[in-house]
Amino acid sequence: MPRFAHFVRTAAAAGRLVVQPRMGFGELARMRAGLSAVRGCRATSVGTITLDSYTRVGDHASARRALREGAELNGFPLLAHGAGAVRDLLREVSGPDFPVQVRHGSPLPLDLFRTMVAAGVDATEGGPVSYCLPYGRVPLPEATDNWARCSELAAGAPDPMHLETFGGCMLGQLCPPSLLVALSVLEAMFFHDHGLNSISLSYAQQVHLGQDLEALAALRRLAAEHLPGVDWHVTLYTYMGVFPRTPIGSYRLVEDSVRLAVHSGTERLIVKTPAEARRIPAIEENAEALEFADAVARQAAADCAVTKCPPPTDTGLLTEARTLIGATLELGRTVGSALVTAFARGVLDVPFCLHRDNAGAARAVIDERGMLSWSKAGGMPVTIRDTDTARTSPLTADRLTTMLAYNERRYDREDLVGSLLRSAA
Amino acid sequence: MWNLVYLQLLLEESGHEVTNLGVCPPDGTVMDACRGADRPDLLVLSTVNGHGHLDGLRLIRALRRDPELAALPVVIGGKLGVRGADAEESRRLLDAGFDAVFNESEQPAGRTLAAFGDYLAGLAPAAAAREPLVAGVPR
Repeated sequence: MPRFAHFVRTAAAAGRLVVQPRMGFGELARMRAGLSAVRGCRATSVGTITLDSYTRVGDHASARRALREGAELNGFPLLAHGAGAVRDLLREVSGPDFPVQVRHGSPLPLDLFRTMVAAGVDATEGGPVSYCLPYGRVPLPEATDNWARCSELAAGAPDPMHLETFGGCMLGQLCPPSLLVALSVLEAMFFHDHGLNSISLSYAQQVHLGQDLEALAALRRLAAEHLPGVDWHVTLYTYMGVFPRTPIGSYRLVEDSVRLAVHSGTERLIVKTPAEARRIPAIEENAEALEFADAVARQAAADCAVTKCPPPTDTGLLTEARTLIGATLELGRTVGSALVTAFARGVLDVPFCLHRDNAGAARAVIDERGMLSWSKAGGMPVTIRDTDTARTSPLTADRLTTMLAYNERRYDREDLVGSLLRSAA
Repeated sequence: MWNLVYLQLLLEESGHEVTNLGVCPPDGTVMDACRGADRPDLLVLSTVNGHGHLDGLRLIRALRRDPELAALPVVIGGKLGVRGADAEESRRLLDAGFDAVFNESEQPAGRTLAAFGDYLAGLAPAAAAREPLVAGVPR
């Protein structure tokens, strides 16, 4: 088992939630300092190296130039530093008690994988669908072929890597959880098809605690069914959509993501730093956010021992996700070809995603219950609720704006109303 | 990306038919989408990454040099620059051939959108009933 997965497994057995930042700096010294701070903070943490946007698109010359000229990069230029330097960095700061994951966001990451394998990187993440459809214009079949080769490379490394699917985070917000769960499982099956045996499945916090609990339970159930013999765990992301503007609202949203992780038995949490909504957070802010999450996780676990955990909703999410997976797998001999055909036929269709290989016939809304649901199914085998009164009011530009800011409004309300009251008094 | 979804809904609400070219289309893709039978009544460019003043300038120059596309109505809007209020930026874009510029770097988003709404309303009587529009961010 890769040491990344081993660390998570050991923490879970001890009842501890593993917390992880998003963090990447251009300079080696700063990256080293950042990883050391995460390692040293009072939390059960793993490290992150997030790559810069030049490196993500394969423009390594620009990354090298920025390094030479001392210009600030928005992440770590893996190839510009080279495998030797990265190996030295990891040897220095990483170890069995502090594994590190490289995060990149590239639809065609083969060169990145070659360098990661050469540098002995523990773990990375992404997926043929989740790093292709939302961010650019690379055709899905091309991304799928590239990711197949990446997976085989990672599986064949001297120390096989741990790979995480990003499929449970599509577009960050306004994607109904049944589709997030289905994509997460399908990408994990794709990785397994190409030789990987240590995989994590992602899911991003959405807008309703009960629905998120139902989704995470479905994800675990379907992972167990479809990944026999695979070492797997679940990774939750703190809400990735429009974030609250007030500090108290931000912390409450992060706190709710920690509680969601603990109540759902999730093993690892990618924590958002409250400052992140506005700028790249400082090293100290990252460490503080991890310590905050760790403290909330311990408290939530203690609460669970006394009171009952909040119940998941019962909306048929498991059945819908299972149907989506089944309908997809029928369409190809391999998971990769099935995914490509499913998107071509609209059997999988991410609402609001503008990529040419996404049918774009499905639409989603935050309904009158405050939950994500379908307003247009497109070609997908999903259910539109009969009782959904929200369905009858059309999706307008105004309503889209309101839905995008749903969590921002909800979590900022307390502080904003509080200040109104204070100023009135 | 959400800016493009928003614009599509907004345009559809005012009765237009929209072809959405999605994020970061290459200049050639945008130009090909505007030719022949597919020719739209208006090309709408939306950009929020602060490079609009560069990317927009490059694309409009290419469009205006092309005889088939020289007269196509083209507008650009969003966060066009990184420096905040810069009237010079909008002036340069207009001089290069944009029919209108809606620069959020200069004024609040609400006012920019209202100005875009006024522009559309002024356009409607002249244009034919069928009026496909294209939203996209050039790269």
